[in-house]
Amino acid sequence: MKGIFLLFLVPTIAFVGLAVALVAGVGFLVPWLGGHEWGAFANTAWFQALVKMLLLLLAVVMPMASLMTWMERKQSAMMQDRVGPNRAAIGGVTAWGIIHFIADAVKMIMKEDFVPAKANRLLFTLAPVMAVVPVLVIFAIVPFGSDVCVEHLGDVVTNIANCGPTATMQVARMDVGLLFYFAIASLAVYGTTLAGWASYNKWSLLGGLRASSQMMSYEVTMGMAILGAFLVYGTLEPHAIVEAQSGGLLAWGIFSQPLGALLFFTAAIAETKRTPFDTPEGESEVIGYFVEYSGMRFGMFFLAEFIEVIFLGAIMTTVFFGGYHLPGLHTDGFHFGSHHLAMPHVLVLIVQTTVWGLKIVFFCWLQLIIRWTLPRIRPDQLMKLGWKQLLPLSIANILVTAVFVLWRMGAGK
Amino acid sequence: MSQHVEPHEPIPPEVSVGPVGHLGARAENGFPHKTSRAKPAVSHRPETLNKTLGLGGIITGLGVTMRHFFKNVAREKPEVTINYPEEKIPYPERHRGLHRLMLRDDGAVRCVACMCCPTACPAHCITIVAEETGNGNEKRPAIFEIDELRCVVCGLCVEACPCDAIRMDTGEHAHVVDKRHNAILGKVDLMNTGIPSTAVQGGAVNWREEP
Repeated sequence: MKGIFLLFLVPTIAFVGLAVALVAGVGFLVPWLGGHEWGAFANTAWFQALVKMLLLLLAVVMPMASLMTWMERKQSAMMQDRVGPNRAAIGGVTAWGIIHFIADAVKMIMKEDFVPAKANRLLFTLAPVMAVVPVLVIFAIVPFGSDVCVEHLGDVVTNIANCGPTATMQVARMDVGLLFYFAIASLAVYGTTLAGWASYNKWSLLGGLRASSQMMSYEVTMGMAILGAFLVYGTLEPHAIVEAQSGGLLAWGIFSQPLGALLFFTAAIAETKRTPFDTPEGESEVIGYFVEYSGMRFGMFFLAEFIEVIFLGAIMTTVFFGGYHLPGLHTDGFHFGSHHLAMPHVLVLIVQTTVWGLKIVFFCWLQLIIRWTLPRIRPDQLMKLGWKQLLPLSIANILVTAVFVLWRMGAGK
Repeated sequence: MSQHVEPHEPIPPEVSVGPVGHLGARAENGFPHKTSRAKPAVSHRPETLNKTLGLGGIITGLGVTMRHFFKNVAREKPEVTINYPEEKIPYPERHRGLHRLMLRDDGAVRCVACMCCPTACPAHCITIVAEETGNGNEKRPAIFEIDELRCVVCGLCVEACPCDAIRMDTGEHAHVVDKRHNAILGKVDLMNTGIPSTAVQGGAVNWREEP
């Protein structure tokens, strides 16, 4: 029982810490930097976005991605009645094997950096970067908290719209929103394909081809599956989508778009190229597009995969699971029926960001469960599932949703 | 099904077709047992959506792994695992481990260099060079070496020993060595783990007089 208690307690504590860092960064650091006369640049939206992006990447994404390496090993061990990593220690403290991620990083960095003799050096070097950069960039659209009333952090705020200047808990708030996600995420296919081609290795070329065909096929389903959600929310902007789900548990997207959520989740798992859709790196057939990569170059592909997993958790949270909203938590505190627990604005923000992080951790956990349960499917089964089953289902989902939305609009008149 | 079968009668092809009532039809023709030569009736049920997507199996499988996950989180460690260097399963009482040489009451080696154990040893891993004790006609080993790399741990030396001098009851494995010659245990090494034997030296004193 202690273990299950810790399973929920440890991520919660970790994310309260991260939430404090994020809220402090957006609520105090960015306005404080903008208030000084250190040059016009510190007051521009560019600079603020940069600070937020660095906060998000350095405080949340990169630590989570490195911890995912440990989480994957430990969780798979737990699922298979094994022990998992438990040896690496700093001063005798093993901390359930968490120290292993440091050992992993040291190993990756210390390994020989090998480039095959006939490889295209430029593209070979470029490919891991091409794989990592898009998945980092797409975090720009993820809202990790509601808007911050910069001047009322200690007060109880009932309406954010009229409380003076606000800062956004989101790096880039743009109307294209999720289209930006699709545009950038599809760039990641270049990383895998280039890696497969530039290695001058038949196996990696096969892996790269498989990866490109798979990613292109499933992007169609992904887009189609999420279109239903666009119809329901009437917007593409993630923050607006999250705010549309603020009305309690039943307002979450999973209840208006259950099939869409399932299809999107499936297609997006295929997009991350992890089991059961890991034909591009099927260890028993073609070792993958990164056969020839070693050391930290391989580590970057590895990292990109985990960041994709985290981002998929973030996007599922944003579109289908209420984003940072906790049922019962409003901008002025908790409401339980008629009871009302007033909370200062900064506390609400911290709770919201914590909830956001815990939802992402839940989806990472769910993806790991799926990854370590299902066997790999064949490439032809993969294509069949993508084009002949998921795509028609997603189109049917759009049609039904469109008819339903139209009916409701007519009823609303 | 218990009707008489004509062994050489050919099967009319139309008998085997038709999934409904074919048994009855065959019984009328007198070929109820020839089902193995008939084409099996193929089911042409349309695949359900559940079967196509495999959702039922996926959810069952996820349930199994999740159950194991939460069980193992609630435990300290998986119940099948023995953390080997820290935890060891106790060996059975008669487990044959590393050899040892037993001692007399005065601490001298109990072995009388009778050469029974090197004779019995199928791996020829025991080397004994005898010398006289100077005490009557008794012998003792000047050199008693066992090559633990050669030893096949069969225990025949213990069986062969007439005076309870060699035993394999230490419960230890052969030690890890970095040079081959370090695996050869000499008389002193073997005696270091030895204890005085409870058997009476030279056997029971009055065994001839006993009825």
